[in-house]
Amino acid sequence: MSLTNDYIKQRLTEKFGESISQVEESFGCLSFAAPKDLNLKVMQFLYDDEELQFRFLTDLTAVHYPNRTGEELAVVYHLHNFKERVRLRFKVYTSIEDTRVFTATRLFESANWMERETYDFFGVNFVGHPNLKRILNVDEMTYFPMRKEFPLEDQTRTDKDDEMFGRGGHIGI
Amino acid sequence: MSEQQHIILPEGSIERQTQTLNLGPTHPATHGVFQNILEIDGERIVSSESTVGYIHRAFEKIAERRPYYQITPLTDRLNYCSSPINNMGWHMTVEKLLGIQTPKRVDYLRVIIMELARITDHLICNGVVGVDSGAFSGFLYLMKYRELAYEIYEEICGSRLTTNIGRVGGFERNFTPAAFEKIERFLKEYPVALKEFETLMNRNRIFMERTQGVGPISAERAMNYGFTGPNLRAAGVDYDVRVSQPYSSYEDFDFSIPVGTTGDCYDRFLVRNGEMWESLSIIRQAMDKLKDLPSDVYHADVPAYYLPEKSAVYTKMEALIYHFKIIMGEADILPGELYNPVEGGNGELGFYLISDGGRSPYRLHFRRPCFIYYQAYAELIKGAMLSDAVICMSSLNLIAGELDA
Repeated sequence: MSLTNDYIKQRLTEKFGESISQVEESFGCLSFAAPKDLNLKVMQFLYDDEELQFRFLTDLTAVHYPNRTGEELAVVYHLHNFKERVRLRFKVYTSIEDTRVFTATRLFESANWMERETYDFFGVNFVGHPNLKRILNVDEMTYFPMRKEFPLEDQTRTDKDDEMFGRGGHIGI
Repeated sequence: MSEQQHIILPEGSIERQTQTLNLGPTHPATHGVFQNILEIDGERIVSSESTVGYIHRAFEKIAERRPYYQITPLTDRLNYCSSPINNMGWHMTVEKLLGIQTPKRVDYLRVIIMELARITDHLICNGVVGVDSGAFSGFLYLMKYRELAYEIYEEICGSRLTTNIGRVGGFERNFTPAAFEKIERFLKEYPVALKEFETLMNRNRIFMERTQGVGPISAERAMNYGFTGPNLRAAGVDYDVRVSQPYSSYEDFDFSIPVGTTGDCYDRFLVRNGEMWESLSIIRQAMDKLKDLPSDVYHADVPAYYLPEKSAVYTKMEALIYHFKIIMGEADILPGELYNPVEGGNGELGFYLISDGGRSPYRLHFRRPCFIYYQAYAELIKGAMLSDAVICMSSLNLIAGELDA
């Protein structure tokens, strides 16, 4: 295996310099973040580069971190190089007030529904998406249910006391 | 009379208009709850749009409130034709997070169950392709053996369809001699039926005419559309998670990956058949390997995460404490972030897990192969006949549970 995480890291910092942040390796998978207006440039670079060749979008989803002011939503891309059998995780953070992120549909057809799903559940507004509408939830829904402010169980219930079961009253977690 | 005669239709004539046909959400040909709005000109499909989400059950949200061991039953209901693979995939994800090393015997037992699940998944799919092209008998030949496979699950975990099989760290109990007997019986009888099925279908002129060149996709497009599993391999890409990133000791086994060339329904059919043969060979190898291993090991020695046996809970203090801790979700879970893929029946089934150290995941995302490749359906059937669209759908092996999560 010639393509190592260190090499990918080196190529990325050569190309994008300080923009690449939060570089870490967990469970053998390289993970890094970039500013959200660079997401397409980073993916295009990873796709086109003769040595990197990350040409398969495995997964696209989002995570909500309500406590990180200004970067509440993380859009997570998992890219895969089939030849070298290397995966990497790439994140862009966006604030919850302005959730615009460029769409990856021009690069990967598969991003189409995955972005719709991410929009459906987290409200990430993928700019340039050909058909950004809800996919799994009903069209009439007015909120984005996977955000942490929506607790799974009805918080107004008083007949259940979960205090002793490891899930006290704090919302969402 | 060599020149073809065309009827000239006036502008706005009703024959010139296309019509809309709703294939689904509940239609005998869709084999699941999802809708395709087809714009058809006669019998030819001009354009189509797929609507999914009819059985969305918010598993990812539910998982955020459940302790890890309670998430296994949720994974059952993704691809319910091969739920053991989903269960094992989830166990392995958690084991990776917690750094649990499973003994070889557990790995091999898992391989047996996962390959059995792959066979049941593929035999349904291929049988149904036959049914949709008008050949019902092949389906019946194979279906008998799914019953046998389900009896094996039943022997091991007590349930058949939504199995909830195994635990984090291994299996809930050891395989009984009856289970091994049934596996041996399956290994003896299934190849005969599969051979018969192949003789019936593979070179059947009618079946070939109905499936060859139907719903083809090039390797490049398939990769761009995020295809994985048999559907990608039918297009000629030899990507298989079992080989590219071996898990559960798949590296100890000797098997090949069948690939196709055109990515059409016929190639997908052949690839699935080929995979069933490979799975049978893997189960055989695993059964032989098991003979050299101690027969009483069926879980890793991790008392803090593996539910103790019930009899021990009633008689031993320690077992009771661990039982209580695990059930109440007090077992220590490390914070971490990982993506763990397994080769499911339909392709790469991935678990993207973020743990913040709490009793339930901070975020859990299922990469569902069906959901991702179904978006190519509109492209695959454009310009095809209505009856081809039905075969194409069943040969993609769309499982509504996996589409909607």
